[in-house]
Amino acid sequence: MEEIVDNFFNVDIAVGAMSIVIDGLLNTILLSLMVVPLGFLSGLGLAVMAQSKSRAVRWPLMAWVDFFRAFPPLVLLVLLFAGLPFMGLELGGFACVAVAFMLNNSAYYGEILRAGIDSVPHGQIEAARSTGLSGGQAMVYVVLPQAIRNVLPDLLSNTLEVVKLTSLGSVVAVPELLYQARQAQSATFNPTPIVMAAVIYFLILWPLVRLLSRLENRALAGRG
Amino acid sequence: MTAIVKAYGVHKHFGHLHVLKGVDLEVAERELVFVIGPSGSGKSTLLRCLNRLEQPSSGSIEVAGIDMLSPKTDINHARQHIGMVFQSFNLYPHMTALGNVMLALRKVAGKGKAEAETLAQAALDRVGLADRAHHRPAELSGGQQQRVAIARSIALEPRVMLFDEPTSALDPELVGSVLAVMRDLRESGMTMIVVSHEMGFAKNAADRVIFMDDGLIVEQGPPAAIFDTPAHERTRAFIGQIQQH
Repeated sequence: MEEIVDNFFNVDIAVGAMSIVIDGLLNTILLSLMVVPLGFLSGLGLAVMAQSKSRAVRWPLMAWVDFFRAFPPLVLLVLLFAGLPFMGLELGGFACVAVAFMLNNSAYYGEILRAGIDSVPHGQIEAARSTGLSGGQAMVYVVLPQAIRNVLPDLLSNTLEVVKLTSLGSVVAVPELLYQARQAQSATFNPTPIVMAAVIYFLILWPLVRLLSRLENRALAGRG
Repeated sequence: MTAIVKAYGVHKHFGHLHVLKGVDLEVAERELVFVIGPSGSGKSTLLRCLNRLEQPSSGSIEVAGIDMLSPKTDINHARQHIGMVFQSFNLYPHMTALGNVMLALRKVAGKGKAEAETLAQAALDRVGLADRAHHRPAELSGGQQQRVAIARSIALEPRVMLFDEPTSALDPELVGSVLAVMRDLRESGMTMIVVSHEMGFAKNAADRVIFMDDGLIVEQGPPAAIFDTPAHERTRAFIGQIQQH
């Protein structure tokens, strides 16, 4: 028992590692604030373009989405980080995470939003267009607000995954929460900082998880 | 008589289906034209071609002096002059009744917020729903929803109103309130083209009834003539059928 406390819940170590771990948390937040909007907006772009009637637009989009959904994000990240320098292009860890996540997330957010857009009855667009709204205006003011509401639980669920996946940044030396915790661990020869990171992840994500459950329950109730 | 709607030789194909087979239609200003016919006769498609929700395969369509099929026509601008009311209301569920009416006033007619709100409130007042302005569609009855949909169109002060089976989705006891609004519109001199089987309304409000079948206008005339002494066998059979219901 004492061994467990010493190794995983060591108060002295925790106090000493606190500032390093907090730095990591700030970077994780920063990273999330970057990759979530980037993924959401590029996904939105894909979803809207997927409404095109032209196959020449839709098919490459489908291929793009399939490709990045099947491509493990960690592999993508390492490829960008370790591969691009061979082309004389050095992006740095932060930028690599941004690009890799944008490619990966856009596919996921895009599929969710596409389903949301498809869930809005076509009559909504016709009504909007019949009053003189352009296709773009109908999308922005009529379709998307309904589409996003319809898939809100899925969007939130995906966002949770994305925030968790920012820990992959540790592999390419981005000083986010996990990376900083590991630094502190190797400096102190004690895994307590890793436990701190785990607790912090839980504390920031748990409210989102609760919110998600509530939304899902409400969606179920609404359906019944 | 000046025609505000002029459609000539309108054809529409959906793949192999030939839905409109050369329809000619002129509607005079302030006229109320009723279009009846069996399902699949092309009456809704004709209506939807007039504001180009459907693109006709060939023919010419002019509404309020605007060539609706010319590539040079700004279709969004043209549609402001043509109101449309749908069978399924199609109100925006995420907005209040007022918001539904204000959207096009703001974004298409370019009104400021205060002016749009005043105009929208006036339009709701006109359909008898001033006190429902801040309700969402889900909180309104079908009849009220359809009246909001009418307000959404008339707020833009269209030159022509198209009604696509406006009462077909309503419970019988709610039909009257929608027809009352339509009658009021008619009395104000609105040009209206109505696809509907509300025979009673057609008889005492319509100037002209058009019977369509199989993508063509079979016959047309004053309501009494079409309903009581139809010239064609197909018209007679159809009218006999709806009168049984």
